[in-house]
Amino acid sequence: MIQIKDLHKSYHMGNNSLHVLKGIDFEVKEGELVSIMGSSGSGKSTLLNILGMLDEADSGSYTLDNVPIKNLNEKLAANYRNKFLGFIFQSFNLINYKSALDNVALPLYYQGIKRKERLERAAHYLDKVGLTDWSGHLPSELSGGQKQRVAIARALASEPKVLLADEPTGALDTTTSYGVMELIQGINDEGKTILVVTHEHDIAQMTKRIVNLKDGVIIDDKNINQVRTPQYV
Amino acid sequence: MFDIERWQEIFETLSKNRLRTFLTGLSVASGIFILVILLGFGKGIENGVTSEFQRDAVNYISVWTGVTTKEYKGMNPGRFIQLKNHDFNMLSDKYAEYTEEKSPSYFVWGALVNYKNQSGNYRIQGVLPGYQVVENAEIINGRFLNDSDISEIRKVAVIGNRLKLDLFKDEDPIGKQISIFGINLTVIGVFVDPGGERDEARVYMPINTAQLAFNGNDNLNSLWWTVKMSDNFDDAVALSDRLSQNIESDVKQMHTVAPDDTGAVRIFNTLDEAKKIYSLIDKIKAVFWFVGIGTIIAGIVGVGNIMLIIVRERTKEIGIRKALGALPMSIVGMILQEAVFVTMFAGLFGLIAGLGLLELVGPQIESDFIKYPQVNFNIALTTVFLLVFAGALAGFIPAYRAAKIKPVIALRDE
Repeated sequence: MIQIKDLHKSYHMGNNSLHVLKGIDFEVKEGELVSIMGSSGSGKSTLLNILGMLDEADSGSYTLDNVPIKNLNEKLAANYRNKFLGFIFQSFNLINYKSALDNVALPLYYQGIKRKERLERAAHYLDKVGLTDWSGHLPSELSGGQKQRVAIARALASEPKVLLADEPTGALDTTTSYGVMELIQGINDEGKTILVVTHEHDIAQMTKRIVNLKDGVIIDDKNINQVRTPQYV
Repeated sequence: MFDIERWQEIFETLSKNRLRTFLTGLSVASGIFILVILLGFGKGIENGVTSEFQRDAVNYISVWTGVTTKEYKGMNPGRFIQLKNHDFNMLSDKYAEYTEEKSPSYFVWGALVNYKNQSGNYRIQGVLPGYQVVENAEIINGRFLNDSDISEIRKVAVIGNRLKLDLFKDEDPIGKQISIFGINLTVIGVFVDPGGERDEARVYMPINTAQLAFNGNDNLNSLWWTVKMSDNFDDAVALSDRLSQNIESDVKQMHTVAPDDTGAVRIFNTLDEAKKIYSLIDKIKAVFWFVGIGTIIAGIVGVGNIMLIIVRERTKEIGIRKALGALPMSIVGMILQEAVFVTMFAGLFGLIAGLGLLELVGPQIESDFIKYPQVNFNIALTTVFLLVFAGALAGFIPAYRAAKIKPVIALRDE
């Protein structure tokens, strides 16, 4: 599903140049649930942003679902993001003046789907994350866990090939975090490819494979025995 | 632009952000409203001053005489200068090519006018047909004096509307006989005068009839001419000045009056006055335009500022929308469409409110110097579009920049 070869990325701040990614090679197959770990500054978020086409690599190749991702213009990037990717952010990034249902329906608007169908599909995914009763509420009326569930429903609504989660539990307490991870595991069980960036070991243990990043290179990449969330709760 | 899905999205955004929508609209609407009122009253003052001035023709020269105050060529001061018919004829012939209308005038002040058992005191004036232009009088019934009235020395009269209302009430005065000092005159017309009641409480009759009837011999009280107007106002003023100086010196010479005796022969040159008034009107107009344009600029800056703030506030939202697959241009387009819709709607609302207020209050204003405040609708509409366009432009630049920001950076925006 995802192939990455020799990926480099530097940030320039004034005269200083910061080499964040120093040649990353890795591959993700369909249906995998991968966690990318590393301390802060290891380049894990940068990698995820490049995978999500929110940012661009300086060199190296990136293939997503057999489509080479290169020479992206804004239009093409927007198109791929909409078609291939669903995002889950640490800070949820819901639009604060839209109801939960409308937030979930928003990516469908950019797919050109009619309003009636948008809302039906959004309602379906909101039901999937167990928030049907909250569909009319604004994000400010929801708890952190509920907000992240809405964000997950939104990421699923466009029916992407890959879900990218950047510290999805970073702003949540342990119990709520496990609830969110349970949901992510359930979605993975249905066959969806998911990448999770995290620095929490217990969260990483709930995935099927851990990729360890340090100073811009992969130091460790191994499959593990997945810990199912109910065991913790 | 006509995508119904996008309109739904926009209306949803607007209705979920009522305060923002309201404040944007309020600033635009109040800007246009103030501008309309301002321009309206500017026009009102212009109308008022112009109509104050329109009571008489703007380009007449008149000659009046009085008592000499200076000794000259052996003549004693204190002598009354009497204008005569031949003064008028001589001057009219001499300056025929520079003048248009002409009329001498012979007055009887406060004469008792009778109709049946109604009577009142009015000013009787013997004039020529050209006097109608001098006074700016408008006939509302019948006709003014004509050349045959003069050549046949007819006993006819044109009466002012005040006099008609006083003596005739609702009766049609045309063809009726009025009597002045026992002399019967047939009413041939009724006039109104922009000068108002003062100028409408008069009777005009042929000059020669008046001189005969009221023992005037060939005496005249005043002489009147209108100056030929050229396209260039300044040329006309110069001509009028020259003409009045020449006429003054001619009259003084004919009656042996000292050239510097200002009391004995007086000349009124209205064009000179008109020039002052017109330049005053121009200045008033300029001031109102200056203030108006200032208001528009303030409005444009205000709308631009609001757009900047709105875009700034929505940077994160733009990042989210981009992450969800929005095209940059669709974001810019949506923000602009929203802005144009709000400013246009509010602008038209302000325009209609302003025009409505002018319509409502305008006729109630009872001041000589403000009349019929009104606004050129096209100018007002142009202003609205200008404001909308400027707002859109002011919004476009930050919206375009925001849409160009990488989603990662926009998402980091708190």
